[in-house]
Amino acid sequence: MPDDVIEIAQDVPSLEVVSHLCKGCALCITHCPQRCISFTEKFNELGYKYAAYDGAGCTGCGVCFYVCPEPGAIIVYKKVRER
Amino acid sequence: MKAAVLKKPSAFYDKFERKGGAHQETTHYCPGCGHGNLHKLIAEALTDFNVADRTILISPVGCSVFAYYYLNVGNVQAAHGRAPAVATGLKRANPNSIVISYQGDGDLAAIGTAEILHAANRGENISVFFVNNAIYGMTGSQMAPTTLVGQKTTTTPYGRKVSNEGFPIRMAEIISTLEAPVYVERTALIDFKSISRTKRAVRKVLQNQIENRGFSFLEILSPCPTGWKLSAPDAQQWIRDYMLPVFPTEVFKDTTKDAETLQYSHREYTDGEVLDVLGLSELGERKEVTKEFLDNFPVQNMKIAGFGGQGVLSAGVVIAACGMNENLDVTWIPSYGPEMRGGTANCSVIISNKRIGSPLTTKPNVLIAMNGPSLDAFEDDVVPNGLVIINSSIVERRVKRKDVVTLYIPLTEIASNLGLTAAANMVCLGAYLEFTGIMDYKLLFDVIPKTIKRKNMIETNIKAVEAGVQYVRENAGKN
Repeated sequence: MPDDVIEIAQDVPSLEVVSHLCKGCALCITHCPQRCISFTEKFNELGYKYAAYDGAGCTGCGVCFYVCPEPGAIIVYKKVRER
Repeated sequence: MKAAVLKKPSAFYDKFERKGGAHQETTHYCPGCGHGNLHKLIAEALTDFNVADRTILISPVGCSVFAYYYLNVGNVQAAHGRAPAVATGLKRANPNSIVISYQGDGDLAAIGTAEILHAANRGENISVFFVNNAIYGMTGSQMAPTTLVGQKTTTTPYGRKVSNEGFPIRMAEIISTLEAPVYVERTALIDFKSISRTKRAVRKVLQNQIENRGFSFLEILSPCPTGWKLSAPDAQQWIRDYMLPVFPTEVFKDTTKDAETLQYSHREYTDGEVLDVLGLSELGERKEVTKEFLDNFPVQNMKIAGFGGQGVLSAGVVIAACGMNENLDVTWIPSYGPEMRGGTANCSVIISNKRIGSPLTTKPNVLIAMNGPSLDAFEDDVVPNGLVIINSSIVERRVKRKDVVTLYIPLTEIASNLGLTAAANMVCLGAYLEFTGIMDYKLLFDVIPKTIKRKNMIETNIKAVEAGVQYVRENAGKN
């Protein structure tokens, strides 16, 4: 897909779980190849313990984005290789 | 660094305002529900193919009834199971649109079995996404046709038994046996691999339609953690363990490459062609009529009723044809029992100087009662000051209403004297036109020869009209 390509400050791939959209189904946590997503102990406004990125380990593979059933709950920043 | 961003595809609304309530950025789906994954894949494909603006998504009855909350495309919500029929209409009326029928297993495999099979068999150029979770999810996990043998549901609390409920239906396999469909696949939403495969299949199914290749069908095995009372990961495992052995994921049919690209053509038909096809072009010449006649024409909402065989329906056809030849708008719609003779029959005829909405006459201003039961049935429906014509040869009672105009004529007797009892209907039409003066009774002379099938009876029928006219003239004011 023609992803939006943007310039970001950090230099490694990463992901973001939008905490107030997460329903805590655990699919991203289960399927992440790097095991770098975990549940927080906090509840969000929907009443779920939500998932969050551990802060390190993401390779930008996009698995969590596709296994997540919520349209906007996960955003992945893949590294674009300079040619 | 330069980053490619994977995020909510733009074919989704930014905010789900139609959903209402406090949380307009999340779906109404339960945690771990496969609908969300599939919505995402469809939205992504529509975004990438740049066709969202000409896409119409038909949502079914089921949990995905609210798909129109989310996808920023044209939306129609169809009655239960009818999405493929609605899709047929939408696609044929607007071949440039991309029409998606999105259905669950209760909707598609039970209630709408007829619609999906025939849409598939006709090879409609639509994309069907069939979400199979082996139960009726929305209503509380009742058994569906796709429910597995032994599976406990609300309506099979001891498990589905073959002896009682039969076997699960494999829709993809069934549809793949038909000639017309070009692409039939089943995938699952149980891990990244299967979701990636579903993503490719979603694109294939949409691409086929964009290229006008014909009917494409994708069945998706989708977890229902709530209905199955499992966690989201366990629900995926349940599909792996129990559904996959019964519902294998594979491409069952792919004739996309051989499929001829459908060509859409549109043709306008002239009034003359339509009349020819309906066999109505022979009903006499259309007259030039004055604007004054058209403007002042009193709309006739007619109910003509009697025994089958009394010529009730043909009287309606004849009088409607008269109106048509006078450049008026007319409708005729019959209502009769299964028997050709001896039952009761009636027809609604509307003759109007304006376009007619419904052809059904429920409040007639003209009632022709050829027999007693017809008077009993329709007398109360006549509007105040309406006209009631009674065949007094057969109807034994008087009209009870005091607020209607009545015309008693021994129709059968007059016709019988002419040697043709069946011409009572034409006696009636002659009397009706002479009495009301809404049209010239001589119009009947033009129409009758063209509508009466037995040509040797034409003369008698014309005499019958004249007898009806004569009766009214002689008995004016006596009723």
